[in-house]
Amino acid sequence: MTEVGRPRKRKEDARLLTGRTQWTDNLRQPGMLHVAFLRSPMAHARITRVDVSGARGLPGVVAAFGGQDLAGEQGSLPCAWPVTEDVIIPDHPPMAVSEVRYVGEAVACVVATDRYLAADALEAIEVDYEPLPAVIDLAEALAEGSPKVHEEGNKAYSMKITTGDIDAAFQDAPVVIDRTYVQQRLIGAAMEPRAVVATTDGDSFTLWSSTQIPHVLRVMLALTTGIPEHKLRVIAPDVGGGFGTKLQVTAEEVLCLLLTRRLGKPIKWNESRSEGNLTVHQGRGQIQHIRLAAEADGRIRGLQVDLLADMGAYLVLLTPGIPLLGATMFNAIYKMDAYEFGCTGVFTTKMPTDAYRGAGRPEATFGIERIMDELAAELNVDPLEVRRRNWIKHEEFPYTTISGLTYDSGNYEAATEKALSLFGYDKLRAEQSDRRDRGDPVQLGIGVSTFTEMCGLAPSKLLGAARFAAGGWEHGSVRMLPTGKVEVITGTSPHGQGHVTAWSQIVADALGVPFEDVAVVHGDTAISHKGLDTYGSRSLVVGGVAVLQACEKVREKARRLAAHALECSPEDLDFAEGAFTVRGTDSRRTIQELAFAAFTAHDLPDGVEPSLDSDATFDPDNYSFPHGTHLCAAEVDTETGLVKIRSYVAVDDIGKVVNPMIVEGQVHGGIAQGIAQALFEEAVYDAEGNLLTSTLADYLVPSAADLPDFTTDRTETPATSNPLGAKGVGEAGTIASTPAVVNAIVDALRPYGVQDITMPCTPERIWRAVEGARP
Amino acid sequence: MPRVTVTVDGITYQEEVEPRLLLVHLLRERLGKTGTPVGCDTSNCGACTVMLDGKSVKSCSVLAVQADGSDVVTIEGLGANGSMHPMQRAFHEEHALQCGYCTPGMVMAAIDLLRDTPEPSEEAIRQGLEGNLCRCTGYCNIVRAVRRGAQEMGQAVKSS
Amino acid sequence: MIPAQFGYTRPGSLAEACQELAADEEAKVLAGGQSLLPLLRMRLAYPTKLVDVGRLPELAGVHDRGDHVFIGAMATHDEVLRSGVVNADCPLVALATATVADPAVRHRGTFGGSLAHADPAGDVPAVVLALDGVLVARSADGERDIPAAEFFVDYLESSLRQGEILVGVKIPKLGAGWGFHYEKFQRTAQAWAIVGVAAAVRRSNGAIQESRIALTNMAPTPVRAHATETALAGMDLGGEVRQACAEAAADTSPPGDLHAQPDYRRHLARVLTHRAVRKAAGSV
Ligand SMILES: Cc1cc2nc3c(=O)[nH]c(=O)nc-3n(C[C@H](O)[C@H](O)[C@H](O)COP(=O)(O)OP(=O)(O)OC[C@H]3O[C@@H](n4cnc5c(N)ncnc54)[C@H](O)[C@@H]3O)c2cc1C
Ligand code: FES
Ligand code: FES
Repeated sequence: MTEVGRPRKRKEDARLLTGRTQWTDNLRQPGMLHVAFLRSPMAHARITRVDVSGARGLPGVVAAFGGQDLAGEQGSLPCAWPVTEDVIIPDHPPMAVSEVRYVGEAVACVVATDRYLAADALEAIEVDYEPLPAVIDLAEALAEGSPKVHEEGNKAYSMKITTGDIDAAFQDAPVVIDRTYVQQRLIGAAMEPRAVVATTDGDSFTLWSSTQIPHVLRVMLALTTGIPEHKLRVIAPDVGGGFGTKLQVTAEEVLCLLLTRRLGKPIKWNESRSEGNLTVHQGRGQIQHIRLAAEADGRIRGLQVDLLADMGAYLVLLTPGIPLLGATMFNAIYKMDAYEFGCTGVFTTKMPTDAYRGAGRPEATFGIERIMDELAAELNVDPLEVRRRNWIKHEEFPYTTISGLTYDSGNYEAATEKALSLFGYDKLRAEQSDRRDRGDPVQLGIGVSTFTEMCGLAPSKLLGAARFAAGGWEHGSVRMLPTGKVEVITGTSPHGQGHVTAWSQIVADALGVPFEDVAVVHGDTAISHKGLDTYGSRSLVVGGVAVLQACEKVREKARRLAAHALECSPEDLDFAEGAFTVRGTDSRRTIQELAFAAFTAHDLPDGVEPSLDSDATFDPDNYSFPHGTHLCAAEVDTETGLVKIRSYVAVDDIGKVVNPMIVEGQVHGGIAQGIAQALFEEAVYDAEGNLLTSTLADYLVPSAADLPDFTTDRTETPATSNPLGAKGVGEAGTIASTPAVVNAIVDALRPYGVQDITMPCTPERIWRAVEGARP
Repeated sequence: MPRVTVTVDGITYQEEVEPRLLLVHLLRERLGKTGTPVGCDTSNCGACTVMLDGKSVKSCSVLAVQADGSDVVTIEGLGANGSMHPMQRAFHEEHALQCGYCTPGMVMAAIDLLRDTPEPSEEAIRQGLEGNLCRCTGYCNIVRAVRRGAQEMGQAVKSS
Repeated sequence: MIPAQFGYTRPGSLAEACQELAADEEAKVLAGGQSLLPLLRMRLAYPTKLVDVGRLPELAGVHDRGDHVFIGAMATHDEVLRSGVVNADCPLVALATATVADPAVRHRGTFGGSLAHADPAGDVPAVVLALDGVLVARSADGERDIPAAEFFVDYLESSLRQGEILVGVKIPKLGAGWGFHYEKFQRTAQAWAIVGVAAAVRRSNGAIQESRIALTNMAPTPVRAHATETALAGMDLGGEVRQACAEAAADTSPPGDLHAQPDYRRHLARVLTHRAVRKAAGSV
């Protein structure tokens, strides 16, 4: 039996379950000092005075600085995605010097011997602000005469792509649906708040950070701080969740490095949750104007999308590119004649936005899956039927979509059939019509989401074409140790995804070694010297493949060693269960024996180097395209507006599966986050730019009591773009579930004339929609 | 400074503490019990949950001075003789953790829940864990783990 | 986040505690700390000293006192909701307390702390108001009884005087024929009530004879729905009950915040009062 495909229990768990963890906040260094940051209470203001002298004499205080004190050396936080030629990338000092542009921006800091004393001393710092007008609303920000976030104006960039004849598609179209949807801002709320420890020996620097991207961080920090890259080591120890929020080069990471450079002492910073809600980049934040033209039978003629995307106050690592990850996704699984996508990035005086689970694809999927339901309602046909009439049929793959992507594989019919039978669709529809007939105050709605997404970021040449500053390859290194054990070094940087277990399964099969004999090392640039880290559902389909390919190279080297030892030609050897056998004989060498022979190097064939190991770097030539059908049944209390999810079925097609248990976990967690967007969560700013949801008492992350059980299943159409046949699953649940839930709520309320509820669909909003629609 | 005596995972400590020192910081920073993490500042996340005199509490919302004379059990003190507690094992079996940050608190809350509901329904499990947030798992597998842990603990009781 | 510095004492007796408080105007009582500690951690309060009353025997436990139940101020939510006396003689208290926060918070948070904190979003205050509880306060000057109707003064403000400690609460036993319900409306399980309704209803011969209804989070203090109580008297459980309950929002001034605007809260008060009354009446 192969390891790949087995629900192996995780190797990661024992440590985490017994508290033997290495969270950054657990780390201590001799002589370590603690830094605390004073943060702007104003969304937009000129800083007229910063006086840290009051803090300097206080007990335990070693140093205190304002932005001016660091201005000469702090550089500007990087944006690695200049999406257009004329995109405005404003200067972004890690600590504000002359102007603050969002509440929470650091304006000063205290370094003290203890975190309690550092917190005390912050209160002795004086800062004077001269208020400037906040810029909150996206449309108003673009209006003539709006106050400016930056000198250069509030428009960061604007772009448009059109394929097909969009005017013709809308001309005389029998049906045109025109809707505006809001993607609210979200706070990622990984359970581990950020933390940083920075040290130096006077020459080189080590930075531990709760990050998803140690490798990218090292490059970017070197460029930002001027610390030579070869003198900088970045370590991501245990990381307590990321979801894109730790895919960032943060002000605090830069400042901790500068402080350790200045003070010569280890510096630790740990974030409080309320600080994090203010200053961890947020997700989503779009206003989507969508028009869809269709034939009378529901066949789509054209789709026109115009986005206003909230950048926040600055462009951080990937800010401007996030909405564009949706540019090729609004057309989703549907065939059409013409497509237009436009996007304007808008500066506001709020925390910058950037990647959050799904990054651009959930927004696009939401827009299209919501409007497909509106089309169905307009035509009075079942929402699944409208989708069937438009989706790419399984026999049409590979299929090049209107937006230019080539979907390698998929079977929307199969996933939908399976979901329908698990869900009991017809029975629920019958109950729905019964409740409607009875005028039951609790109505039932059924929500559909037949999603796809592009992931496995990404083919380097496509990223280059999109003006992204880096590539999308991944690296893996596989070493057979002298004793026959295997050490794998991966460039991915897991923080909950179980790479140690899954990579062990891949290696166990590829080398024929026991699962237990494989160790996987990651997250330290001194050990894993190449890599592009973990985000965009890329780890398995790019990084896992790199590991597989490194194993194949190891096997080929082992074959030469075996041929030499067994005095035959390499072609005469069969490899099975970890041993090479001369075909038709029983003379064999195990891979462990060969590893030892390669180690002693006493008798190697000519031209073969000692040690049985290899590296591989994989750069895919296409994205992968998971898809699936999610169905949600929701009860809506029309008297109070309360929504209860009755049942939720997800059938995902993520191609070949390495570990079904881990996959199911990813889907569960993803669905929960998508539901949270639909029902509970929003980063709410008031008109002055204050964040009203700065704690977990106000920003409602759902608990177990707020979510239903999920029924999950899979169909399997292997990807053809990588040798594992896998498609990536980290974001699928989040991308699919949000529209499924909102579609269910709107479906429940259709008889009341309700066409949309703005997310999060709070009881109050639902009640107002029902009241507003009552005759 | 007040002097407090606390027993943590079976070892008795005497410490001089500032009145404002939070129990979780006493555990983490003074006693090296870093198995118990901190996830919020408003008592909402439950990551810091420990047993205080046999009952679950959020150790970020208890002053060290309030714990004077008390017995604390953290995730690090659950297992016996190098083997895991049945609830820890159940979390492993059911893949009820991903990043693991919520896990110590979740396991403590789950064990507490079983003190008076040894055979909880799905509903009771979900309600009983309402004070513990997990961002990774979507809770399905946590619910399954608690059910499995309950069964195993029930069997352990019967056979002892 | 980290609290600012403060002093701490743990007096051995109630009398001593009263003296400690009298001696320092900026000192604060510390009970379970479940409301106070988050405030301190966010540096929203700067007391000079905390007087820990958590272990005072005079404030402990739940006691059957014949015509009333005496709930000691330091009885934790967890103790209260499991108390046999409470469940037998004032079950509404147990029903509401079970909805407070989560199990770990209920292990620390106290009945008295919830009342002294006087948060109109708290679940316990409305119940004590509905049941005409009497709060017993003690200071260096002596002890006094404060009827619940006079206890809650404003948002986070009670009629406890500087230096007074809440000792406990007398909850009158209502006798036979009463049914109870606490209807709490919240966005997530752990969240505070957007609106809550505590209802006690006495029925005989099918009709509602008498009712006690109080609302959570519908004003800066918990409020009684007197208009509804009056309108319900003598009604059977037919259609007019809904109309009677529509009066529930009459004397309220609900807050508008992140989770609900005042008009929505008023609407909820009407709907939830109806539900609470029906369930209370049905539970007789
Ligand atoms: C996450 C979370 C969720 C919560 N959800 C809810 C909820 O849904 N419903 C709800 O009702 N409550 C909720 N609470 C609050 C909880 O009920 C608290 O326990 C309660 O409000 C305060 O009780 P305490 O004993 O902890 O008081 P403390 O926090 O110790 O004190 C609170 C205040 O009362 C004063 N005080 C306390 N005791 C006395 C006394 N005997 N005499 C004079 N003054 C005194 C203190 O000085 C302080 O000002 C929640 C708390 C948390 C942390
Ligand atoms: S850290 Fe204690 S509840 Fe969040
Ligand atoms: S496993 Fe990551 S927060 Fe629960």
